[in-house]
Amino acid sequence: MTGRGPSGTNPTHPGRRPAAVLPEGPTGAARSLERLADVLLRTVAPLLLALASGGLIVFALGADPFAFYSDVLRLGTSGSGSQQTLTAMAPLLLVALGLIVAFRAQLWNLGYGGSYLLSAAVVAGSAPDAFAVLPYPIALLALFVAAVAIGALLGLVPALLKAYKGTNEVITSLMMSFIAMGIANLLIRGVFKDPGVSVPQTRVLDLGLMLPYLPGTRVHIGVLLALGVMIVAHFVLTKSAFGLKIDVIGANPAAATHAGIDVKRMILVVFTLSSALIALAALVDMLGLWGYSRAEWNPGYGDKILPFVFLARLSPLGAIPLVGLYSVLATGGTIAAQRAGLSVDLLSVIVALVLFFMVAIEFLGTRVNLGRSYLGRGRFGRRARGGAE
Amino acid sequence: MRDPAPTLRVRGVTKRFGAVVANDDVSFEAWPGEVHCLLGENGAGKSTLISMLAGLRLPDHGTLEIDGESRELASPAVSLAQGIGIVYQHSALIPTMTVIDNLVLAQAGFWLDNAKARGHLAELNDLLGTEIDPRALVGELGLGQQQQLEIARAMWAAPKLLVLDEPTSMLSRQGIEDLMLSIRRLTAHGVAVLLVTHKLDEAIALGDRVTVLREGRVVRRFRADELKRDGEDHGAALILDAMFGGAEMRPRMPTAEHRPESRGIDGAVLDALVIEGVSTARGSEGTPLEQVSLHLRRGEILGVAGIDGHGQRHLAEVIAGQRAPTEGSILFEGRDITAANVRARQRLGIRYVTDDRLREGVVGSFTVALNLLLKRIGERPFWRFGRMDRSKVLAHAEQLIEQYGIRASSPDVSAGTLSGGNIQKILIARELTDDPNVVVFNKPSYGLDVRTARLVHEQILRVADSGGSVLLISTDLDELVGLANRTVVLARGRIVARIENDGDRVRERLGEAIVGSASR
Repeated sequence: MTGRGPSGTNPTHPGRRPAAVLPEGPTGAARSLERLADVLLRTVAPLLLALASGGLIVFALGADPFAFYSDVLRLGTSGSGSQQTLTAMAPLLLVALGLIVAFRAQLWNLGYGGSYLLSAAVVAGSAPDAFAVLPYPIALLALFVAAVAIGALLGLVPALLKAYKGTNEVITSLMMSFIAMGIANLLIRGVFKDPGVSVPQTRVLDLGLMLPYLPGTRVHIGVLLALGVMIVAHFVLTKSAFGLKIDVIGANPAAATHAGIDVKRMILVVFTLSSALIALAALVDMLGLWGYSRAEWNPGYGDKILPFVFLARLSPLGAIPLVGLYSVLATGGTIAAQRAGLSVDLLSVIVALVLFFMVAIEFLGTRVNLGRSYLGRGRFGRRARGGAE
Repeated sequence: MRDPAPTLRVRGVTKRFGAVVANDDVSFEAWPGEVHCLLGENGAGKSTLISMLAGLRLPDHGTLEIDGESRELASPAVSLAQGIGIVYQHSALIPTMTVIDNLVLAQAGFWLDNAKARGHLAELNDLLGTEIDPRALVGELGLGQQQQLEIARAMWAAPKLLVLDEPTSMLSRQGIEDLMLSIRRLTAHGVAVLLVTHKLDEAIALGDRVTVLREGRVVRRFRADELKRDGEDHGAALILDAMFGGAEMRPRMPTAEHRPESRGIDGAVLDALVIEGVSTARGSEGTPLEQVSLHLRRGEILGVAGIDGHGQRHLAEVIAGQRAPTEGSILFEGRDITAANVRARQRLGIRYVTDDRLREGVVGSFTVALNLLLKRIGERPFWRFGRMDRSKVLAHAEQLIEQYGIRASSPDVSAGTLSGGNIQKILIARELTDDPNVVVFNKPSYGLDVRTARLVHEQILRVADSGGSVLLISTDLDELVGLANRTVVLARGRIVARIENDGDRVRERLGEAIVGSASR
């Protein structure tokens, strides 16, 4: 077929003046209705379908799905549960943002596991010494620089290969991830190992040295940091020339080169930024929640948050409530599953179901017109619609 | 005499996309052993019709009958099984694979039988009168041969109806002649051919019947004898009438005063652009340049002729700054700009209207407004401190939409939904704004209908008339003869001939230079 869509989409009218320049199509109200329907179909529907089929599985395992879900909701949102949920959100938000930055440029950074774990190992392993010899803010800054540098370096290798050799970044970032995980384990078993305990883990950071709590809560300030970074990133990605360039590269790299955008440089910047954000998640998680890291340990944040990143259509603001939802499910679900006598792995099943229904809707969407794809145009393509003045 | 039923009967077919009626009650028939030409400008509804024949879309109303029986072509597999073979306008071949690999791809069954496929290809070579080598890499074939391979592939399952969508848009004259021969051999074997085109001469030369589409409707039907009775010019006039309505709407053909020799160029003026001994690296895409030197004077249109794929793309990209030369230098008004990047050259007024409109020229999912500013992202006054000024962006877009007659319902529609001609207008509007000094046009009218092509030619002349310089890369000799002051011929990345447009058998001399260089 020639290009996209039928050439009949824009019938030409010989002899007439060019069509009116001002938007004629749907009015503002109709358009926002359309957008709402789109969100319902593409974002809410897969979630509901996943929760419903998750409920069926709970039922099949002999538990009451309604009791289970109300337990999840209650345990995840009330009292200490809500504080745990917020704490869990901190690293998840930053990992989500790291993925969003890369995915918007259609660079598939799958090295999130290694970036997180190596950064976590180095931060947890060196934090006790850093805080011992340096004043607190300087030590914090040093750890921050170390974490970001580790992430950036891990991202730089697949980025260089992609930019200059055209290597598929899915493979290289995944391979880098395995290397980084291996190094993390070596470090924790070697130089960072706590000699006082028999299991291979780093020394546990003194509670007083961890990130402070928000007043009156047991939620560390990393959550605020993550939310702040998320909001700033949202505006940079959707409102700035830099964000637009990322979208151009994602939508059409050949056009980007043609338009004079330095695609190679952008690949390097975007990829290192993505990995650095994920490494930052590890810093926040180590200093805010865990205080130590253990060999062969992997919270698997990236794998779990990945479907939600697409559900949010790669919008940082859109990702916040979805990350919140997942955190509720994770915090409340763990205890609720134990209470109902179910395996905690049920949660992974529900996440997988979200991904499954999302793909199903995307597949249907290519057959019948179901509005925009999860991977459609960037925010710019959509935002620019509204603004005729 | 004739079979009782036509191979294909399209009966009252209507297809809508939202409010747009792409095909409105279209009816026609394709008979065995005949060439049926479907003629219409861009946006007339030809592609939609093909997509229904291919089983990619179903008509809203009306029926498609194969050999007299109404069929629902619900999928490409059904279409194939019903004996419809289709050659699309854009290549569907995989360039990194061999001819035979590309052919067995379409084959059914689990095991690939290369030996049998080679035998079948040999039969098809006989049928089409071609010499396609099964072991050749597709990417190394010339465009004409790739086209032959596409036809062989479409003929693989011995279809009753062969649909050709704009098959000549990329071909050299020789390629077109070979194609015409192949088509005649097919019809001699009783195959019905549906030739979709916007080129009048092809329709007149090949069509046993010609159906003219306009705005999705059939506006005229001709038989070959009606068109040929009073000479080809008269036939062309009849078709133009049908395609464009009244005579006042008919595209103008290049006239004498537009001829470069009458425009007069001051030979003493400075060279705007000088290219000295430029070579490029052998890469995955396109033929590299070898020691290319040329100079482009102010106000001049310099043509670059040659068979497609002989270094044209590298030449354009080297000038635009998208590709770094391995040796040689590029001077703009005496200044060495070899190291300058795309943005810097853009600011100097060096512009490039790419031939790869859809893949490189626009971001299809972005709005028309943003595509018009694609090369100026982040620049004032449209961006301030990294933030886009939406009202300025829209005002800029509205002005260009008006000035260049881009048919977009608003600056906010995505560029990918526009027709090829309108996308070309976007590119031209973008490249010609803000003092263009040197503009490279790469195959600017390829794939466009006559009227849009004419608009493009007027823009090219306007650049030259206002003192700018144009490098016009084209495979269309008439375009070069009509517009260029001089033409160089590119073959295998080298300049093999330089021909002044002095009115003395220029077209023939160009043709000889191209053919001579190709056979060497």
